[in-house]
Formats: sequence, C-alpha cells, structure tokens
Amino acid sequence: MSADRGLVARGDAIVRQRPVEVSRYRGFTRANHWLTAICAVVLLLSGFAFFHPSLYGLTALFGGGQTARWLHPIVGVVMALSFLGLFVQMWRLNLPRAEDVEWTKRMPDVLKGNEEALPELGKYNAGQKLMFWGMAGTLALLLVSGVLVWEEYFPDLASIPLRRAALVVHAVAAVLMLLLFVLHVYAALWTRGTLRAMTRGTVTGGWAWKHHRRWLRVLAGRDDRR
Amino acid sequence: MSSQRAPQPLTAAANPPVQPQASNLLPGDVVRASATKDLPAPERQLTHVAKLVDVSKCIGCKACQTACVEWNDTEPEIESNVGVYENPHDLTPEMFTLMRFSEYQDPDTGDLEWLIRKDGCMHCVDPGCLKACPAPGAIVQYSNGIVDFISDNCIGCGYCVAGCPFDIPRISKTAHVAKKCTLCSDRVAVGQGPACAKACPTQAIVLGTKEDMVTHAEGRIADLKSRGFDNAGLYDPQGVGGTHVMYVLHHADQPELYAGLPADPQISPTVEAWKGPVKTAGLVAAGAAIAGVALHGLLGRANRVSAEDEREAQALVDGDARDDGEDRS
Repeated sequence: MSADRGLVARGDAIVRQRPVEVSRYRGFTRANHWLTAICAVVLLLSGFAFFHPSLYGLTALFGGGQTARWLHPIVGVVMALSFLGLFVQMWRLNLPRAEDVEWTKRMPDVLKGNEEALPELGKYNAGQKLMFWGMAGTLALLLVSGVLVWEEYFPDLASIPLRRAALVVHAVAAVLMLLLFVLHVYAALWTRGTLRAMTRGTVTGGWAWKHHRRWLRVLAGRDDRR
Repeated sequence: MSSQRAPQPLTAAANPPVQPQASNLLPGDVVRASATKDLPAPERQLTHVAKLVDVSKCIGCKACQTACVEWNDTEPEIESNVGVYENPHDLTPEMFTLMRFSEYQDPDTGDLEWLIRKDGCMHCVDPGCLKACPAPGAIVQYSNGIVDFISDNCIGCGYCVAGCPFDIPRISKTAHVAKKCTLCSDRVAVGQGPACAKACPTQAIVLGTKEDMVTHAEGRIADLKSRGFDNAGLYDPQGVGGTHVMYVLHHADQPELYAGLPADPQISPTVEAWKGPVKTAGLVAAGAAIAGVALHGLLGRANRVSAEDEREAQALVDGDARDDGEDRS
C-alpha cells in the first residue's frame, strides 16, 4: 500500500461487499477523535466564559469560576496531546495534492453539492485538509499562548508585555478555532452519511463513491492513475 | 451600638473615635466593577481620597510594611538576605507594599542619593486590572477612588497581573485569588487612614482628600525646589486618569530613577485591543458563523448520497472482485 499513502490510511478497507461498506476510521482513531472533541467542547465552554462577561454564566457548568479557571488549562494539555495522536495518524493524508487546487476553484459546485463537476479525491478534500491544518495551527497557538498565561503553574514564565501579547493571541486563536469547530460539525451534519464514519467507523460505498471516489478506487484495487 | 455612619477620613493622623461606627463604604458606592456593564448609578458621590507618599521625607524604616502586615494579617515568607535592602524581594500575595531602594548619583553634582519609594497599588482612576478582569465584581472601584479586589468573586486567573501598568497584583498560591493594597478600604470605611500612613514616623505617607493632598504636595514641592531640587514634582500620572496614591518626587522628570516607576503609565494598547475590538469582533464572528450554518441547514438542501451512487460503488467493487480478487486479503 506504500504507493497509496497519500490517498488511504492504515485500516481503511472495504469491509463488506454487498452492499458495499468501507471502513474509514478504526476504533483507535475514533476514540482519539472523540477524546479530542470532548476536550474541545469543555475548552470552548470554559474558555468563552472568560472571553466575554455575557458568557461568564457558562462557568456554572463547571461549578464556578475558580473550577473553570483551573480545569481549562489542564483539559487544554489533554487536548493538545490527544490532537497530537490524530496529527500523527492524519498529517500525511492531509498534504496538499494537485486535485485540491481544482477542487478549491470549483467552490460553488462544492457548496451546491454538485460533486460530479469536481475532481476525484482521495481520503480528504481540500476543505477537510484546511480544517485539519487550521485546527493544528490554532491549537498550537492556543497551547503556547496558554502556557505563557498559566498563572497557577507558570506565573514567572512570561514577562508582563509577553503575557499581554499571549492573551490576545489566545483570544484570537480561540475565536478562529470556534469558527473551525462550527464549520467542522456542520459539514459533518450537512454531508449526510458522514457522521457514521466517526461512530460506527464505516461509510456506505455510495458515500465513498460520491465524495472520495479515488479513495474508493484505490481500496477496490481499481485505481489505474498511480 | 451606634448606627451612625463613620465620617469620611480627612487625615491619617487623627485617633479613632472610641464608639463603634457603621461602615461608610457601601455596596452602593461602587462606581465600576469588573466584567459588569450596567452598574446601577451610585447613590452618592464620596469625596475623592488620596494617599500622598513624599519620597523626600521617607527614611526607609519599613514601619509602613510592618503596619500593613499587621493590619491585613498577612504572613510574608521569611527570605534570605542577598545583600539588598528590599525585604521581601518583591511584592507578594502576603506583602501589599514594599520599600524599594535605588542608589542614584546625580551626574551634575556628583551627589549620591538614596531614593526610597514605597511601592504598591496606585489606585488608578482608570484601572488596568479592572479592565482586564473577566470575573464579574471581582475588582471594584468606589466613588472615593479606592480600587478593591473582592476575593469572593475572584477566580485567580491572573488577568489583572497582565492588565496592571504598575506590576502590582500578585496571585496567592494557597487562596488562588489576587491580592494587593486595598488602600485600607476597611479602615477608610470607618473614618480611619491607612495603616501605613498611621505608622509612618516622618509623615512621609499622608491621607486626605485628593484636593488637599495635591495642595499639600505643592507646598512640599516648593520646599524641595528651594533646596535645589529644581525638578521636584508630583507624580499623578494622567495616562491612567490620575491615581489615588501619589508621590512627591525630587526628580519628577525622571520617575524611572525610583526603582523603575513608569514615566507615562497607561493601560497597554495590547490590553485595550484584547478587551475591546477582539472581544466584540470575536462575539460577532462566532454569532454570525452559528447563525450562518443554522440558516444553511434550515434553508439549504442537504448533501445526500443517491441510489445511483450506491449502484456505481457496487459496480466498481463487484467488477474488481472478478478481475484481481487474489490481491485482496
């Protein structure tokens, strides 16, 4: 499979012939994803409580401001480690490829769901790749800036001017990640049949044919464009 | 018990009355509170108070520090002597005020001067800590100008540390709340001056109305000028709207000489951006994104896999199974 490393991941396989069912995420990857997702939700809720006074009430979900304050950075570190797990598994498949340019140029067709007009894709389209790198980038920014302002354990790590800059970076990166998060969840819901890839781990053959045809061709041993 | 409200303090020198008096610093006297927008209008306006620290009269005895520790019942850690006069080495959650010692040699006269400044919260008119604080009501400003930390509302995040232009707040490692000089708000509430002013043997620290303190400072500055300190002046930095702790400095043109007292302190533009445009734009962007996808979800057509797609996939997989089935494991 080494020639296909840019198109399929370990564990991807056609697991049932009739009707066709394709394994997209193995159990480990799914557990890894959901741990990251739970962390993200906890972090967004606890973090945005400190972002704007109108959202401070969210701290009640955690039992008050003090608890939210100490919980947030710890969950942040867990999320960073968890995402690192996803990163190791997925970075190679998210490298840009020639067809990504064509796909991006045909954004109106993407938004209309008119996928016959789009190039055949491997496991990820350019939007998914941007999501991946966007999440990785904002998370890296949040991790670094977050540690710099982690009063409880690193009170003397950053000078005060650096702390101020880190707080701005943290706030901006958090907003960007929230936007990515909303888009990520919505794209998974809008594209029907996607969610099961992260629950049961499989997608239907039709889903693979429609959205990631080249991925399906490779898995079926039918890809002649190497 | 008398229910009579204590008078507002006019001086730190007066002895307290012996009869009990009710607090004269009430919740209704709060004019600004952190992370709180629609604060009810204050019921009355208290007279602005100010503490004036005349650096030229300070002898560095640290009675103010001792009085502060006594009154606030704090326990600064006992540190080791590393050959400097500051003790402790910095402000801590247990030490709200600190004498900072600077040696300065006047380049013109060659005179060595020992500049001793009592560091601590300046009680800014526009407090950076209050602006940065995310916890509603954790930092309040009373109409007499005192900026106070309300520990019950404090979450110990340390944003005030970043917000303060003077590097004053410290976060307690045990209580996990921010600590700083309260300008003895609990003493001022019953008509008394701050403990440090009460203890100062040279009256280098005095308390009174801000107006009186400015007048008092003018007299001191005139005196200093007559003694050859041409640049003597009052430190009441306007970049933070003025302060309720002011200094008389012999070298008011170079406040940095006094252990790095900032010449033009103001709330950092970074903090202003963070607490201003970033906050607003962030909320708008987040709201717009959520509304956008909600609308698309309601009005747009879902992206569905068709029966045709399923047939095509089946054909692809079936066709392949005959040809090179031996490759598959």
